[in-house]
Amino acid sequence: MTTILTERGEFTVAATNGLWLTGGEAARVTGWTLKPEGMCRDGQCVPMPPMALRDGRVDVEAFWRRLGHPVLCADDRQTWVLGTGAGERNAALAGLMAPDFTLSDLSGTPRSLSDLRGKKVLLVTWATW
Amino acid sequence: MVVAVAEDSRGAEHARPWIEQAKAEYWCLIDPDHRVASLFGMANVPRAVWIDEHGRIVRPPETAGSTDHFRNMDPKTLAMSPADQAARDAGKAFYVNAVREWVMTGRHVLNAPAAREKLPRITDDIALAHAHFRLGVWLRGHDAAEEAARHLAEAIRLHPESWNMWRQAADLDAVGNAAGPGFWARVQTLGDKPYHQPPDLPGFPT
Repeated sequence: MTTILTERGEFTVAATNGLWLTGGEAARVTGWTLKPEGMCRDGQCVPMPPMALRDGRVDVEAFWRRLGHPVLCADDRQTWVLGTGAGERNAALAGLMAPDFTLSDLSGTPRSLSDLRGKKVLLVTWATW
Repeated sequence: MVVAVAEDSRGAEHARPWIEQAKAEYWCLIDPDHRVASLFGMANVPRAVWIDEHGRIVRPPETAGSTDHFRNMDPKTLAMSPADQAARDAGKAFYVNAVREWVMTGRHVLNAPAAREKLPRITDDIALAHAHFRLGVWLRGHDAAEEAARHLAEAIRLHPESWNMWRQAADLDAVGNAAGPGFWARVQTLGDKPYHQPPDLPGFPT
């Protein structure tokens, strides 16, 4: 099995030949759905070149790079990172809406920044190191 | 509401003693992948973002009151002069007071053009650095320390301004390394440049 690390979490998938996934698994990992017109999300579709589609599978590495995002893999090609490109990061910040995230507290309870809508929030980072 | 995020790839148990000692009633979250630093373009700690009731950023990432007085420390004993200690405390107190003023009166909020101007500029190299960092941290946690070190080193090479990445990688090598001789040598190379850019608040003591 292959592990994929994305901003949405960590996924275990049955990938073939690198990062070729079924449409269903590609949707689960990326949030984009394979349709005849391409990979689609929120009414927007990105056309896919024929070489990135085969037997109902999609080359997720090629798709992710097409979106302008970095893709990395470990030496054994069993662990992949689907990163986020500078364009998306800068565009999100320029809108001045705080990017949402979900992280756990010490008890393992997941907390989302967006749950605090209606309150002023001081978001502050620190570290033990 | 305060949301305190520990940029700590060693995970929750490593951060727990600090959080428990703080007896915090606000959220204390653990961020092993430094996702918040990646999302908001932060390169050091402590950094703060002020977010209003509508989820809008009204002050982009800035130094949360820390100052550069620590650079005058004796690197061996970590001793600070009383004057430097007082100046450092004054910076923190000033920042906390500014946050209070914001909550009570709305002071210090930046309008949209001013806030946009202060946003970090994320480059392709920085975005790629965060991907290498993520893979490095994952590999480190899966018994692949040598391969992890390669990705962490590449992250640092791509994003040399990130103290978060450098210090976290040093800490993953050995706890304490992040404040060891290598850290002080790296701080020296800053020359006249700040380690903590002072927050743009009128009267902030530097």
